[in-house]
Amino acid sequence: MADFIRDNSKNKDGVDRRGFLQCMAWAGTGVLYSLHGGILKSLPLAQGAMGGTDMAKMKGADFSFIQISDSHIGFNKEANPDVTATLQIAVDRINSAEAPPDFLLHTGDISQLSKPSEFDTAQEVLKGAKAGKIFYVPGEHDVLTDDGKQYLDRFGKDTKGKGWYSFDHKGAHFIGLVNVVDLKAGGLGSLGADQLKWLEDDVRNLKSSTPVIVFAHIPLWTVYPEWGWGTDDSQQALGHLKRFGSVSVLNGHIHQIMQKVEGNVSFHTALSTAFPQPAPGTASSPGPMKVPADKLRSVLGITQVNYVQGNHSLALVDSPLA
Amino acid sequence: MPKIKWILGLAAIAVAAFALTSGTRAIPAVGASDKPEIKIDNFSFGPATITVPAGTTVTWTNNDDVPHVVTSDDNKMFKSKALDTDDHFSFTFTKPGTYKYYCAIHPKMTAKIVVQ
Repeated sequence: MADFIRDNSKNKDGVDRRGFLQCMAWAGTGVLYSLHGGILKSLPLAQGAMGGTDMAKMKGADFSFIQISDSHIGFNKEANPDVTATLQIAVDRINSAEAPPDFLLHTGDISQLSKPSEFDTAQEVLKGAKAGKIFYVPGEHDVLTDDGKQYLDRFGKDTKGKGWYSFDHKGAHFIGLVNVVDLKAGGLGSLGADQLKWLEDDVRNLKSSTPVIVFAHIPLWTVYPEWGWGTDDSQQALGHLKRFGSVSVLNGHIHQIMQKVEGNVSFHTALSTAFPQPAPGTASSPGPMKVPADKLRSVLGITQVNYVQGNHSLALVDSPLA
Repeated sequence: MPKIKWILGLAAIAVAAFALTSGTRAIPAVGASDKPEIKIDNFSFGPATITVPAGTTVTWTNNDDVPHVVTSDDNKMFKSKALDTDDHFSFTFTKPGTYKYYCAIHPKMTAKIVVQ
């Protein structure tokens, strides 16, 4: 299935498909993506701005929410000695938006080592976000002890199994999936049979015109299997969502922006608020990537998502912290 | 002709000498230590395969900036806690066999211990 990117930017800044692929490698430029019926359109966004004329293009959004990811509270190595500070900057960025988002989605790796103190700190910082509710899904760093008990005690209320759940918001259906537990040797992320069965039941009675937004930590498409960037049984999950006219998949884990459109499904991964990771195959491992200290904030970021009812359009704005 | 015989003779001696001194080598054991160490670096276990006698205690050390969880493939035999940078984990292998293991949070990292 071809990826559709239509260039309708006036500045001709190269955001055709080839330019877009080059763009992805930088990880950190703000680009406005607007989805109309499964076709991705892009508009350039003024560097570092979140508000202003480009937001005006998204006027009339019925609601917006923010995706943040990979805060890794507890990490303190060279790539970022103070991940709590950069999470705070992300919260400040959220609070500087023209209108507060309806809620936040955190796509996992909240903590570095699943320690109570790390979860405490993350929640403390995020409390300062003017954003209503915060929804979470765990990353593999969040379920390191006691089968994920620390995570579930805090964030597992009203969830099933290892923490999956769904909710409706102003006509859109949101599904939080967990693909970081019971990982098998040599494998990728894993959803598991129980969760897949739950998903099938969860969407059974929804109209196909309902916009569906799925969020999970590890990408639900195969970004780079050598580094574990994919989910072994994601195709089955996507199979249950095949009939829907608009499906958006929001992931984290890889600490860089990647996008893909396949039919009615658009996939998007977010920047981390903690540290960047190398582009696929450009380093010997996917570990934390060191950048000059004055460049760090530019490779960290959040994603604002705007939803316009009726068009099934989702507009995504990746916003770096500097 | 005699020259060739002479060269061949030298070669034969060299090969014999080499064979005598090199000894037999199977899969490399880790140094001469009876407490082998496996280093976790760059999202990989090094060495990826070691051979040890039954009763050996193997120690893993994490040199990465991210945690790793040393786990036997069956998820039962051994499983470390999440090892942060410079953390260690040790396990004693008492029975002969081939024991594959991986990192439970980065499952593409795989390795094995052969116990004789």
